[in-house]
Amino acid sequence: MPEDRAASALETGSLSIGYGSEAIVSSLNLSLERGMSLALVGANGSGKTTLLKTIAGLLAPLSGSIMVLGSPPLALPERVAYMGQFHPTSFMLPLRAIDVIRMGRFAALGLFGKAGSVDEEAVEEAIEVMSLGPIAKQPLNALSGGQRQRVFLAQAVARRAELLLLDEPAAGMDASSRLGYRRYIEAAAARGVSSIIATHDIEEAAACDQALLLARKVVAYGSGREVLTASAVSETFGLVGRYEDGKLVVMEPDHGHCGGED
Amino acid sequence: MLDFLVGPFAGNSFMANALLAGILVSVCCGIVGTFVVLRGLAFMGDALAHGALPGIAIALLLGLPGILGAAAGALAMVLGIGLITRRSNLGSDTAIGLLFVGMLALGVAIVSRSRSFSGDLVRILFGEILGIAPAEMALQFGATLAIGIATAVCYRPFLLLCFSPEQAETSGFPARVFHGIMLGMIALTVVVSFKTVGTMLVFGMLLAPAASAALFSRKVGTMMAAASLIGSLSTYLGLLASYYLDIAAGASIALAASAVFFVLLALTRLFRASRSRGSASEEAAHA
Repeated sequence: MPEDRAASALETGSLSIGYGSEAIVSSLNLSLERGMSLALVGANGSGKTTLLKTIAGLLAPLSGSIMVLGSPPLALPERVAYMGQFHPTSFMLPLRAIDVIRMGRFAALGLFGKAGSVDEEAVEEAIEVMSLGPIAKQPLNALSGGQRQRVFLAQAVARRAELLLLDEPAAGMDASSRLGYRRYIEAAAARGVSSIIATHDIEEAAACDQALLLARKVVAYGSGREVLTASAVSETFGLVGRYEDGKLVVMEPDHGHCGGED
Repeated sequence: MLDFLVGPFAGNSFMANALLAGILVSVCCGIVGTFVVLRGLAFMGDALAHGALPGIAIALLLGLPGILGAAAGALAMVLGIGLITRRSNLGSDTAIGLLFVGMLALGVAIVSRSRSFSGDLVRILFGEILGIAPAEMALQFGATLAIGIATAVCYRPFLLLCFSPEQAETSGFPARVFHGIMLGMIALTVVVSFKTVGTMLVFGMLLAPAASAALFSRKVGTMMAAASLIGSLSTYLGLLASYYLDIAAGASIALAASAVFFVLLALTRLFRASRSRGSASEEAAHA
């Protein structure tokens, strides 16, 4: 449907999110166009994973409205890819990396669909994007944490979705894998694929078109470069620092000396 | 030698029927047990097996078929666990533990009230594989077929559930629905298998062959097939031991399944140790 395809990747109106009846963040008014990326930035417990799960349809909104690709959350599973933070039971599964990536095609195949050349192409592409060729046929439980993370991300890539919902996708990855992942997000955006990425990483957030800074409330929302100011980041993470050329120089609040980056 | 291995089954219809029934239970338990092991549902499987006990006891008391009581008991267990988990802050393991003890105690209380039940209790707990009737065998075959078909249809959502229920949900397969189907399959396995191996030993057949297969399987499908084969082998070895050593058939099958697990555990450890020694000496030769 052309109208549906033209709809924004995400539209929320006065959205309140949380668990049970407890609101974690309220009054969220967000809009993300097709092909754009949005970083959800915040400390642990700030509400970024809760928001990502609400967009994915795993949590019901407490109040307000939310539309994902012009439809309610979970209505278009074959067009939205979600990569969660933990896969606690996956470590003991008798699966090879390629089997996990193939699971990314299940949304498109449903219960009875027969996997064909399109599905194999999508899997091959995901393997290439995440540079998993040499380990694709290894058992999942023989891989390191960073390698597993790349496999999980490749599963999301294999879905060939129009919207990617990624929770700390680069956690545990080495510099080269991070670069591959960033290049994929940029190439996907050029094809009109939107992404919403929950992250602690200010550099990763700065690379996105928009950023939403959360601290159990909206600290700032807008263009990544504009909202990632030293004061907004300080309020988000409870730190003192300054933001220079895509790098955050953090200082300990009490002593004022430089404490590190990111 | 051949006579020693085949003889007990060739000229004895009780033993032949027991072997066939045991193989059907093994296939059923191999498929379902694979998901029980991969999803960490062992405690749930145990609870369903023991939750059936008061249902069977009440059914026998009322003169109804035991299988109806077993189904009612398993259903009460599933509903009870769901109710406690939803209405309290307690985790499902606590809910399962509470109901497990309660249902088992209720079953024993009912049985102890009726003196005529003492023999039945042993049969309920350990089955009567040597006295299996054709109708019960047909029922076991039907259940095995139904579980095979349900697994083939739901294979993708089941695999996703094992990997991450969130991935199942966001891939368009409602996690609660498919988790419910999986629990239904465990309950069906327990209910139809209690006549053959009993409520106590069906749990062993659910767990031991699948756990053995998990030691070396690299694919879920392979694990199911291997678990079914290991269960069938355990049935054969158990019946053979029962025949020659004159011990209870159900118990000897479960013992054989546990023994196979430990043998395979030792073999896989030996294999891995020799493989890592091989790669270490290869590296040393290259250095």
